[in-house]
Amino acid sequence: MVFWITAIFLMLPLLVLLLYSFNAGRSFTWTGFSLVWYEKLFTESGQLWQAVWNSVIVAVVSSLVSTVIGSLGAIGINWYRFSYKPYTTSLSFLPLVLPEIVLGVSILVFFNMIGLPLGMVSVIIAHTTFTLPFVLLMVMARLSEFDFSIIEASRDLGATEFQTLVRVIIPISMPGILSGFLTAFTLSLEDFVVTLFVSGPGSSTLPLYIFSAIRFGVTPTINAFSVLLILVTVALAVSAQRLLKYLIKA
Amino acid sequence: MTDIPTQQGVVRVIGSDVTVQGVIKSFGDFKALKGVSLQINKGEFFSLLGPSGCGKTTLLRILAGFENPDSGVVMLDSSDILPLPPNKRPINTVFQNYALFPHLSVYENIAFPLRLRKTSAKELDARVWEMLDLVHLKEHVNKKPQQLSGGQRQRVAIARALINRPNVLLLDEPLSALDAKLRQQLLVDLDELHDAVGITFIYVTHDQAEALGVSDRVAVMNKGEVLQVGAPHEIYEAPATTFVAEFIGETNTLEGTITKVEGDVIYIDTQGLGIVEVTAEGNWQVGERVVHSIRPEKIRISKERPSHEQKDDNVFHGKVHERIYFGHQSKFYVNIDSGLKFKVFKQHVNYMDMGPLIKWDDEVYVAWDADDGYIVERVRA
Repeated sequence: MVFWITAIFLMLPLLVLLLYSFNAGRSFTWTGFSLVWYEKLFTESGQLWQAVWNSVIVAVVSSLVSTVIGSLGAIGINWYRFSYKPYTTSLSFLPLVLPEIVLGVSILVFFNMIGLPLGMVSVIIAHTTFTLPFVLLMVMARLSEFDFSIIEASRDLGATEFQTLVRVIIPISMPGILSGFLTAFTLSLEDFVVTLFVSGPGSSTLPLYIFSAIRFGVTPTINAFSVLLILVTVALAVSAQRLLKYLIKA
Repeated sequence: MTDIPTQQGVVRVIGSDVTVQGVIKSFGDFKALKGVSLQINKGEFFSLLGPSGCGKTTLLRILAGFENPDSGVVMLDSSDILPLPPNKRPINTVFQNYALFPHLSVYENIAFPLRLRKTSAKELDARVWEMLDLVHLKEHVNKKPQQLSGGQRQRVAIARALINRPNVLLLDEPLSALDAKLRQQLLVDLDELHDAVGITFIYVTHDQAEALGVSDRVAVMNKGEVLQVGAPHEIYEAPATTFVAEFIGETNTLEGTITKVEGDVIYIDTQGLGIVEVTAEGNWQVGERVVHSIRPEKIRISKERPSHEQKDDNVFHGKVHERIYFGHQSKFYVNIDSGLKFKVFKQHVNYMDMGPLIKWDDEVYVAWDADDGYIVERVRA
C-alpha cells in the first residue's frame, strides 16, 4: 500500500509528461496519439540542442576540474599537516551550506569586479565553485576509511611521494573520486539558480532554456525532450551504480 | 650488500650494523626520547622492549625515516642515514596493522616494491614466488588482503618488506593484533625467518615474553631512556634497575640497608622482613641503601620448616593469602608475619609433586638461597 502511494506520488507527474508528449494537440486536451513533437524535437529545435550542448560542456568541464581539485584537496586535508587546516576545511564546505541565491549573487558581483565577461567560461567557473565541496566531501569520506600507515608503507617500500599518489592514494580513493565526479556532473547539469546569474549571451544551459521556453507557453517538444532525458538519466544512473559496486568490490 | 644463496634457495642478505647515538626527540612538551644510544650488530635479532609511551615506536619511526630526531646520530654501518627519505633507506618495516594495500592482491602487494623500480617481468615474478614460498602463501596469491586471516596478512607484510632485500627489517609490534596461540606459532616462524634471511631484525614490543623468546639482545626502555641492553637471560637474571626487574617477569623487591659484608655475602636489613642474605659481586659498603630482588620461582614454599641440610639462607614464616592453580605451576601470595606480601611460584614437575597440599590460610615457610637473590641497584638518597 505504502509502496503504491509513494509510487503514484512520485511517478504521476512523470506519467502526465509522458502522456502529453504523445498528444497530437498543443493544449492539455487529448486529441490523439502522435509522434509529431518528437519529430519537431529533432528537426526544428536548434536552440534547444544548443542549450543541451552548452549544458554538457559546462557539466563535463566543471565536474572534471572540481574532481581534480577536490580529490587532491581531500588528500591534502586528510593526510598532510599545514597551518590553518581546520579553517581550510570549513571554508571549503561553505558553498555547500550557503543558499544558492547568495552564491549566485556573490559570484556575479565578483565576476563584475574583476571584469570577467559572462559566458561559458564564467558558467564553468561558477559550477566548479559549487560542485567542489561535494567532491571534497566524498573523497574525504572514502579516505577516512584508511590508515595513514598505508602511505608510510608505500614510502618505506621505496615509493617517492608522486609514486605513492599515483599507485596507492588515487587507486584507493577511486570509488570516492568517481561518485564525487558523478555528483558534480549531475549538480552542474541541473543547476538553475547560479547559472541564471552568471550566464551570458550564447551560454544558456538546458534548465535556463526550458524555463524561458515555458514562459512563452509550454510546447510539447519540451515534454518529448523531457521523456528522452528521463530515459538517458535512468540508464546512466543504473550503469554508474553498477560500475561503483564493481569498483568497490575489486 | 652481499648475496649468498642458501640451501632453501632464499637469497641471503647480510644485514647492517645500526648505530644510534644521543638521539633526542620531543613532541611539543613531551620528551619521547631523552638521548638514546644503541649499538645493534649485523644480523642480530634485537628487541626494543618497554611499556607504551616509552619511546620505542618513536625510535623505530626515526630509523624508518618517518620522524626526524631533534638531535643525535643514526648510522647504518658507517653512513649517516638521517638525510635520506624513507624510500631511500635500505630499511623496511612491518607495520603494527600491516598496512597492506587494500586495492592490490597478495601477489601485487608483495611485488609493489619491485614495480617501483625497473625490474624485468621475469625477475619480478621469480622474486615474488620466492617470497611467497618463504612465507608459505602460495595458495593465497590472488586474494585481496581483506580475504586473509590476521596471521596471513602479517606474512604478506613480512614478504613485502623483505622483497627489496633490505639490510634491516623493522617490526612494530607485529603480533599484537593476533590471538595468543597464533602469536606463539608466529614467534617461532619469525625466528626461523630471521635465521633464513640473516639480516638485522629490530623488533618493537611491549610483551616481555616475545622479546625474551626470540631476541639475541634486548633493550629495555622506559620514559624515553634505555635502561638496560643485554641478552634475555642477563636482563632477566641481572636487571639493572628496579623498573627492569619488575617489568620483565615477576619479582619480589625489598629495599634495605646493608648491615654486614662478609666477602661476597651481604646482609641487608630490609623493611618488614628483617635480615636477608644475598651473594653479590662488587664493592658494597655497610650502610648503603639497596634494592634486593628475588624471583618468585626461586623461592621454595613448604608447610614444615626446611631442614638444615638444605641450603636455605633465607627462611621466613607466613600465611598463604591466595593460591592460583595454573596446571603447570601454582602461584602463591604469602603474607609474611611482618606484613609483607610475597609471590612464590611452585612448578609441578611430577603429578604428586605438590606434596602435602598447601591451601589458602595455611601456615608456610618460604625459603631461598643467598645465591638466587640479586641486588638490583643502589638507592640514591
